[in-house]
Amino acid sequence: MAVIPLRRREGLKALLWLSPWLAGFGVFFAYPLLATVYFSFFKYDLFSLSFTGLDNYAYFLKDDRAWISIRNTAWLVVVMVPAQVLFALGVAQLVTRLKAGVGFFRTVFYLPSLIPVTAGTVAFVFLMNPATGPVNRILGLAGVQGPDWFGDKDWSKPGLTLLAMWGVGNLMVIFLAALLDVPRHLYEAAAIDGAGAWRQFRSITLPTIRPVLMFSAVTGVIYTLQYFTQAMIAARVASGTTDAPGTAFTPGYPEMSTLTLPQWLFQTGFRDYTMGYACVLALVLFAASLVFTLILLRQFRGFEEVAS
Amino acid sequence: MRFVPLAAAGLAVLSLAAFTTGCTAGKEGGPALGSQPKASNTAPSAIPAATIELWHGFSADSEVKAFTDAIAGFNKLYPQITVKMVKGVQDEQITQAVRGGHAPDVASSFTTDSVAAWCKQGVFQDLNPIIKQDGVDLSGLPPVVDTYTQFDGKRCVMPLLTDAYGLYYNKALMKGNQPPRTLSELTKLAKELTVRNADGTIKVAGFIPSGQYYENGASHLGAMVGAKWTNPDGTSAIGSDPAWKTLLNWQKELVDWYGYANLDKFRKSLGDEFSGKHPFYEGKVAMGIDGEWRVAMLANEAPKLDYGTAPVPVDDARPDLYGSGFTAGTVIGVPKGAKNPEAAWALVKYLATDTGALVTLSNAIRNVPTTKAALESPDLKKDENFQTFLDIFANPRTTTVPAHVNSVFNQEALQTFMTSWEKGSAKDLDAGLKDVDKRIDDKLKLSGG
Repeated sequence: MAVIPLRRREGLKALLWLSPWLAGFGVFFAYPLLATVYFSFFKYDLFSLSFTGLDNYAYFLKDDRAWISIRNTAWLVVVMVPAQVLFALGVAQLVTRLKAGVGFFRTVFYLPSLIPVTAGTVAFVFLMNPATGPVNRILGLAGVQGPDWFGDKDWSKPGLTLLAMWGVGNLMVIFLAALLDVPRHLYEAAAIDGAGAWRQFRSITLPTIRPVLMFSAVTGVIYTLQYFTQAMIAARVASGTTDAPGTAFTPGYPEMSTLTLPQWLFQTGFRDYTMGYACVLALVLFAASLVFTLILLRQFRGFEEVAS
Repeated sequence: MRFVPLAAAGLAVLSLAAFTTGCTAGKEGGPALGSQPKASNTAPSAIPAATIELWHGFSADSEVKAFTDAIAGFNKLYPQITVKMVKGVQDEQITQAVRGGHAPDVASSFTTDSVAAWCKQGVFQDLNPIIKQDGVDLSGLPPVVDTYTQFDGKRCVMPLLTDAYGLYYNKALMKGNQPPRTLSELTKLAKELTVRNADGTIKVAGFIPSGQYYENGASHLGAMVGAKWTNPDGTSAIGSDPAWKTLLNWQKELVDWYGYANLDKFRKSLGDEFSGKHPFYEGKVAMGIDGEWRVAMLANEAPKLDYGTAPVPVDDARPDLYGSGFTAGTVIGVPKGAKNPEAAWALVKYLATDTGALVTLSNAIRNVPTTKAALESPDLKKDENFQTFLDIFANPRTTTVPAHVNSVFNQEALQTFMTSWEKGSAKDLDAGLKDVDKRIDDKLKLSGG
C-alpha cells in the first residue's frame, strides 16, 4: 500500500476543511463572476444568445444614463457615507456625554433603524412634500422657503442623505460601544497634561476607535454602491406614477437625479432584457466596489501608521 | 498549491453545468399550437380531460370572482377541463417561469409592453397557425388590436379586455360649457375654469397639462395629436413626426400659463390617484384624462358627483381624430412549454372571443370588451358615460403604443424628456426630440431589434 506523504496528506486535509467555503465561493462568487464576464460579450435576452464582441462595452461608453447613474452613485458615496459616519459618531459622542436619560436618547436615536426601509422612505417623502408636508411648513414658520426635496433634482440626493442620517441607529450603537471602550484613564492623563477636548478626540478617541471607523466606512461604501430601494421608492412616490397600462415608471425621478448604478443595472437587465449589457454594468459596479474598498483600506493603513 | 488547479477544474465543470442548464431550460411541454394536423372531431368534448393553470394579474376579490364566473361558463362547454387560477402575476414572473421550464398553460398580462419581447423571445406561442386551423374569425376586432397583440408577423397573444382613455369633466365646474373638442378649446376652457387663491396659488385647475399628472403619460396624450412612436423598421419616429412637437408646444404653453412651480405645488398637494381623495372627486380639477375604469370608481367613491365623459380634445389641424383616443389592455396567450396546449388554446379562444365570457368579465371588472359582438351586446352594462369609452375603442383612429421590444424604454425616454421640457430645463425642443430618437435607436441596436 502506497503511503501518502505527510505534506500531501496535510494538503488534502486542508482542502477537505476548506471545501464548504470553496463550494460556497465557487457557486456564489466565482461562477457568477465568470458568467458575468462571459455574458458581457453576448447579446442575451434570457432566451437567445449571440456573440457581439465588444458591442456592449461600446454601448456603455455612450450610454448617458449609465454615466449619470455612476455620477449619482459616486455623489452618494462621497457625501452620504461620510455624512452618515460623522452624524452617527457625533450622536454617539453626545449620548456618552449625557449625565441623565442616556437610555432614553439611545432608544430615540436607534428607533428609526427599526422601521422598514419602504415605510420609512414613503413616510419621509410625505413629510417632505412641498405642498402638504410638515417639514416645509415648519421651515415656512421660520421664514425659510423649503425646497421641493424629492421633486427637485438639486435636492433629491440631499433628501436621501437626510433619510440615511435619520436611520443611522445601528451605526450609532456600534460607535457608542467603541467609545465606551476607550480607557477613561487616558482622557484623565491627557487632561492633566493640558490637552483640550479636540486634542483628546484626535489623539485618544480616533486612534482607539479606528477599526470601527474603518468597518463603518467600508461597509458604508459597499452598501451605498448597492443603493437601490430608497432611491427607487422615493422616486416612485414623488413622481406619483402608477402601474397603469401605457404609463411607464421612470427610475431616477426627478430628471435622473436619483438614478443609481444598481437601478440602471436592474432596469437594463430585468426590464429591458438586455442581459449582456447589464453584465457590463455589473462588472463596472464590481470594479468600483473593489477600487473604493482598496482605497479605504490603504487610507486606514496610512492612518494607522501615523497614529502608531 | 495542489488544490488550486483542482478547485479551478471544479469551478469550470460547475460553470459549464450551470450554463448548460440555463440555456436549455424551458424546452419541455406539449406540441406547439397548430403543429398537429387538424382533428377530425372538433367538438369540445373531443379535447382530452386535463387540469390547466391560468396565471393572471388581477388580485382584487371582485376581479378574481369575475374570472371565476367566466371560467364557470367555459366549464359548461368543457366540463372535462379543470382550470386552476393563480392571481397577481407580473410579466417578469411569466418570463422567468417559461425560462425555468415551469410555464403555466395560459398566462395573461395587464400591459401590452412585453408583447413584442415575448414574441421575439418565443415566450408565448404564435397563435396564427391555430387561428387559421380553427378558422377563428378575428374581423370583429378593431384594427388597433393588431398593433398590440402582434409583432413581426406573430400573434403571440389575444386581447382579453382593454382600457380606453377619454376626457372626464365636472359638470358643476364647467360653467355651462360643452367639453372641448380641440386643443385650443381645451386651453381656452382650462384657463377660464381655473380659480386662483388671493396669493396666486391654484385653488381649482381647469385642466392639468403636466405629463407627470396621473394619466397624462406621453402615450395617453400622444393620442390627442395622432403622434407616431416608431417607423416600420422599429426605429424612433418621435423626432421626425411633427405631431409630438405640436403636443409638446401646446403643453408647455399651458404649463407656463399656470407657472411650472405653481402647478407642481398644486399637483403635489392632491390626493392619491386611487383613493377617495382624487382631486376630480373633490372638485379641484374641472377636466382630466382618465380610463374607462374611473366610471365604476366614481359610482363607488363619489356617487353624487355630476360628471360627463367625452373623447379627448384633438389637434386643431386634425379634426378627423376627434372620437379616437388611446387604448391598451389585458392580453392572454399560451406560453411556450405549456403542458396542455390544446386545452389551453380552448380556454384562450373562449375568453378572448366568446361574447358571454367577455360581457361577464366587462360587467364585473368594468373594462372595455374587445370584440364588436361584445361591444354591441345587449347584456353589456353601460350608461352614457361608459358608452363614450366603448365608442373610443371602436374608433378606427384610436391608437396605442405599438408592440416594440423596448416598449418601456422608449416610453421612458420620451417621458423623461417631457418632464424636463415642461419644467423648462430642456430649452431646445428639436434637439431634445432628436436625442430621444438617438437613445431609442441605440437601444434598438443593443437589443437586436
